[in-house]
Amino acid sequence: MPAETIKQIVARYREEKGALIPVLQATQEALGYLPPEALKEIAAAMALPLSTVYSVVTFYAQFHLQPRGRHVIHVCQGTACHIRGGNHILNKIKELLQIDAGETTPDLRFTLEPVACLGACALAPVMSISGDTYGHLKPDMIAGILEKYQ
Amino acid sequence: MRRILVCAGTGCVASHSRQVTARLKAALHAHHLEDKFQVDNTGCHGFCEQGPLVIIEPEEILYCRVQEEDVEAIVTEHLEQGRPVERLLYQDPVTKEKIATYNQINFYRQQSRHVLKNCGHINPENIDAYLAVEGYQGLQKALALPREEVINIIKQAGLRGRGGAGFPTGLKWEYTFKAPGDRKYVVCNADEGDPGAFMDRSVLEGDPHAVLEGMLIAAYAIGAQEGYIYVRAEYPLAVQRLRIALAQARERGFCGEHILGTDFSCDLHIREGAGAFVCGEETALLASIQGERGMPRPRPPFPARQGLWGQPTNINNVETYANVPLILRRGAGWYASLGTAKSKGTKIFALTGKVKNTGLVEVPMGITLREIIFNIGGGILEDRGFKAVQIGGPSGGCLPAEHLDLPVDYDSLTAAGAMMGSGGLVVMDDSTCMVEVARFFLNFTQAESCGKCTPCREGIQQMLAILTRITRGQGREGDLEQLEQLARVIKGTALCGLGQTAPNPVLSTLRYFRAEYEAHIRDHRCPAKSCRDLLAYHIDPEKCNGCTRCRRRCPAGAISGEAKKPHTINLELCARCGTCLDLCRPKAIYVE
Repeated sequence: MPAETIKQIVARYREEKGALIPVLQATQEALGYLPPEALKEIAAAMALPLSTVYSVVTFYAQFHLQPRGRHVIHVCQGTACHIRGGNHILNKIKELLQIDAGETTPDLRFTLEPVACLGACALAPVMSISGDTYGHLKPDMIAGILEKYQ
Repeated sequence: MRRILVCAGTGCVASHSRQVTARLKAALHAHHLEDKFQVDNTGCHGFCEQGPLVIIEPEEILYCRVQEEDVEAIVTEHLEQGRPVERLLYQDPVTKEKIATYNQINFYRQQSRHVLKNCGHINPENIDAYLAVEGYQGLQKALALPREEVINIIKQAGLRGRGGAGFPTGLKWEYTFKAPGDRKYVVCNADEGDPGAFMDRSVLEGDPHAVLEGMLIAAYAIGAQEGYIYVRAEYPLAVQRLRIALAQARERGFCGEHILGTDFSCDLHIREGAGAFVCGEETALLASIQGERGMPRPRPPFPARQGLWGQPTNINNVETYANVPLILRRGAGWYASLGTAKSKGTKIFALTGKVKNTGLVEVPMGITLREIIFNIGGGILEDRGFKAVQIGGPSGGCLPAEHLDLPVDYDSLTAAGAMMGSGGLVVMDDSTCMVEVARFFLNFTQAESCGKCTPCREGIQQMLAILTRITRGQGREGDLEQLEQLARVIKGTALCGLGQTAPNPVLSTLRYFRAEYEAHIRDHRCPAKSCRDLLAYHIDPEKCNGCTRCRRRCPAGAISGEAKKPHTINLELCARCGTCLDLCRPKAIYVE
């Protein structure tokens, strides 16, 4: 499966200089995460040492070596959200899902990722689930919102 | 044709503005009003707290917090009968008066919106809307001038970089122009990673062509043929709007080969960041565009001489580029007339935290903090006491009430121990613990340090460990002196701006709120009643009516008591989550 997809992705960026990061982003977009075989394929297709590919993948927060949940929850931990109780929101989600920050529920329904800032500070505290943004949160609103995502 | 503008910025979309747009279109159709009114989506109006926002032009009526079910009333009462819907109008938090038009609202009235002028008023996905407000005229003017003359105009305008440190933009362009090399690059730093800042996101979402135009003018001035916009991937809407804008600009000949029929050719590319705060640092950002780990390198050589792939490169941030078309269009003299002697023009701030009107504000340099927070911002939420304002994100500092009359410009902020930085203004009230705030920022910079240089990698870790101990009530004598010593060493020896500025939040809080640190260390007390480990929750038996709400909802099972009789909290079980405090109607629960 990955070999063909990756060849196509690499071909798409052939003309661009320094395209490793966009190639990784497109691969992750297609596969959901970056499995080891995919990284080997990318290294071979771009004629880069595998160690170089790994060094880039592990440097950036956005790349994932493990499968992730169907719905990714980004809980904002920026200053404005922090001041308005963002940590209570994070704790509530941890409690409801029984997972820690950065973890995925065993049924692969949710992945919980605190982020530094979603840039929606006026709505603090804020989180986003699968790209939908929720603002002015209170801990007792969380359970109802999570239910919408199966 | 009259216009109905619905905000489609991230904030309003989060509050369901897309559904409002759809319902409006359907209602206009149902009432046969389609030929009289045009519904347009715009970028951020800046008044995010009040979203979703709907503006009716030309009468300038602003509706706040509009939900789908309000649409019918807007159409029948306002559009058909000409009576604005009173209940949807903005209510002044101080006078409690309903205000109909946005120009009458303090939040807007006291701003000077030049860079943000189009945001919220034009459709960012339509290049014709930008052309209708004199878009790309700055580029046309620039292309008719010699390159040196364009650089001179920027120098005379006195524009300084809006990314934080405030380096003179014209000078930077001149260095890149004069640097030897045939291939040169322009780069836009749109990696706005500072927690509490979102002006770059709003400009990209609301007026993307202004940023492209600014970059193209810069590219012409320095002689670059290629450019990159490095955007945070956390801003999907901004990325999408930029892609649309870029495609339209190429189509109309503003970007690409032989721009507007001249010899000047320049193509721009969009690169999405991959989630690393340190990539806001220019040399790290360049490494990331080249497909490497985003680690900074020592300067000099500066990117103006050796940037992307070793070639001369000009890097400015989003807001800086967005100022450029204005300067070309309206002239250096006009621009230099705004602001103070050494800080020209306007600055956009993201006003957030414990303030009534949160949102984006654009003000002339030199305005005081008090004017921003109390006049435009409407004062402190719930009329609590003002404690501090955090300026400039993790690189900045916290300024106390005695600095409220400080004029906001690059140099006075730096002198007071803060910095312009990203332009985030986070207002804090008396319930905020300053030691905890310092710990929060250090925790952030510690996690985001790339780890290349020792002072940043090891030093920040040590400072964080000390701060964490203090907030847990385990502070020791000598901690503050050690924090100060570590801060001095890190500031003096770290490789890049991230490390050099990381101790600022600690130093500024130590400077202005030292007593609060001492209370934590000596008395094991958190004066703001915020540090969990130093708190004890109690129930006042006089006030408790035994409603059992707190007992039933306490996640730790720490509350006991019979119905209609005073309850008690077992401090050993109490997780200090504050649930009971929020729930208690008779306000019988208090914290010590």
